[in-house]
Amino acid sequence: MYDREELERISKEQDRWEREALAPVLKKAPERKKRFITVSSKPIERLYTPLDVADLDYLRDLGFPGEYPFTRGVYPTMHRGRLWTMRMFAGFGTAEETNARFKYLLRHGETGLSVAFDTPTLYGYDTDHPLARGEFGKCGVAISSLADMEVLFDGIRLDEVTTSMTINGPAAMIWAMYIAAAERQGVPIELLGGTIQNDILKEFIAQKEFIFPPEPSMRLVVDTIEFGSKYLPRWYTISISGYHIREAGSTAVQELAFTLADGLAYVQAAVERGLDVDDFASRLSFFFNAHNDFFEEIAKYRAARRIWARQMKERFHAKDPRSCWLRFHTQTAGCALTAQQPDCNIVRVALQALAAVLGGTQSLHTNSMDEAWALPSEQAALIALRTQQIIAHESGVINTIDPLAGSYFVEALTNQVEEEAMEYIEKIEAQGGVLRAIENGFFQREIADAAFRYQREIEEKERIVVGVNEYQMEEKELAIPLLEMDKEGERHHLERLHRIRLERDNRRLQKCLDELRHAAEGTENLMPYILEAVRAYGTLGEITQVLREVFGEYMERPIV
Amino acid sequence: MEERKIRVLIAKPGLDGHDRGAKVVARALRDAGMEVIYTGLRQTPEMIVNSAIQEDVDAIGLSCLSGAHMYLFPRVMELLKEKGVEDILVMGGGIIPNEDIPKLKEAGIAAIFTPGASTEEIVEFIRETVKRRPLG
Repeated sequence: MYDREELERISKEQDRWEREALAPVLKKAPERKKRFITVSSKPIERLYTPLDVADLDYLRDLGFPGEYPFTRGVYPTMHRGRLWTMRMFAGFGTAEETNARFKYLLRHGETGLSVAFDTPTLYGYDTDHPLARGEFGKCGVAISSLADMEVLFDGIRLDEVTTSMTINGPAAMIWAMYIAAAERQGVPIELLGGTIQNDILKEFIAQKEFIFPPEPSMRLVVDTIEFGSKYLPRWYTISISGYHIREAGSTAVQELAFTLADGLAYVQAAVERGLDVDDFASRLSFFFNAHNDFFEEIAKYRAARRIWARQMKERFHAKDPRSCWLRFHTQTAGCALTAQQPDCNIVRVALQALAAVLGGTQSLHTNSMDEAWALPSEQAALIALRTQQIIAHESGVINTIDPLAGSYFVEALTNQVEEEAMEYIEKIEAQGGVLRAIENGFFQREIADAAFRYQREIEEKERIVVGVNEYQMEEKELAIPLLEMDKEGERHHLERLHRIRLERDNRRLQKCLDELRHAAEGTENLMPYILEAVRAYGTLGEITQVLREVFGEYMERPIV
Repeated sequence: MEERKIRVLIAKPGLDGHDRGAKVVARALRDAGMEVIYTGLRQTPEMIVNSAIQEDVDAIGLSCLSGAHMYLFPRVMELLKEKGVEDILVMGGGIIPNEDIPKLKEAGIAAIFTPGASTEEIVEFIRETVKRRPLG
């Protein structure tokens, strides 16, 4: 962006500045720290100048919003045209309790739904499975059958709202329940909009809620992609997620690189199935973390868009510009919340959310201040939602698109993040791809190392966490009220589960399950069979069990 | 004679996949000179107690972030008692509300470490507590 002569002049002037202005000051008063690092332990320079972005080519590397390589955003008007979707991740206890929370959030201005499921649901077990003991409704809502799904969205028209569902191992089953619930509302399925997370690779890498071994898991993912591209054109069939990788302790670059490597693996798998990349690529979406380091996060989102666009065009020869769009949801970093002085988390979340907005996110969840203690209370969730509304309507940061572009620092950091992420992607490919790197423990080791380093930096006070290792206060009692759940919830849920097992047509269901088993043993797309079993009120556990028997179960080798 | 190293089992009970804390603690205890056995994920209380007995550990660290600690932790204590090995030191960690802590201690959990606890604190606690126990 600068001519040679200009750069030379700046370089000479910088030398002079270092000698005449900087050196005497450093001699008198050294800087506060030997090194200044990001949350990811990356050193940051004292100053960035045009010299750090000397090779930046505006049209090649940044371009215009809505145009390749989409560094500045995927839409020509970005948040001036449409605000991001304010999508609060919510779920606890019974379908009834979560339905009430959804309605509360919608009433207060959230613009999309996001469902958190409890652990038995995430593993494809009904609530009465022995391994589910003690887990009902604890970190999300329990959904054991279509009957629960109907209650979950009771009074919420599914053609008027979009819904994101954080579900992976049994994504196909839960999606089928959502589709069937919409059918019962009389909503044509082609009008349904939303997202299933369905990103099994990151489960093996970080979140660990896998069920089946990698190969059949990938088959199920591709089945949903194929089904969605045919019948639910408004649905995102996968949300390729870095969030959990980051929460498990990775750096920003690892989060980005591992996520994009997963994304490329899904595209490869779908292309190998025979799908045309332009038929499905625009229905892939992404999900990133917003951690504390403001500029590093913004650089990450910008680099993400650019890398993805280039990979889709150069590697997969996508022709439709939409296939090159990296659209993403963001959630603020749960792992950055502190149990100490929890109201300070409101401030952390606001800064993280601001980074996501400046990074061009399409939807956003803001964490609640109480989440280092429990699931969010209504009041805490409301403040988190209000935080987004204040950024959107009061801060003015969205008046112009990608306002940090052209900052020497932000552009240099964006370049650096891109470069380092590409190095990781190449390293993964050199090992034979994502599945091989999962098997040989590469991701798990990388993440565990980074997590340990982060903890050490806190304990050695290279990293200050307000209220935790500095500015502590005596806190006798927790100053905020925590969520209380219906103590009878589990009993209500189990009554419904047992009732539908009695009342449904069990012969029809058995036929559906037999057909599903037969199809699973072959190579057909399983979605239609799963949908039939769901319509017949087959439970999550029953349907998943059929697939467990055909595919087997996966257990990882623990790596510390 | 060389002193026997303190042996610790770090365990993930229940269906919770959040293993960051468990792994960080496992590594810190190892760096502090203890022998650490990490169970991996999705362990039932029965599996944990069996591993503890088989590995002849001095202490067990239970990590749970799913909210199921009020069933899983006391269940581990019950089984330890049934097997007659309740002298093993048991600690817990995770997303655990304050009001649950007295009940867990009543069930026999010696200490609960919540977010913000340092690994140094945990190392110290194990060293102090295991040392004061009679030699088996």
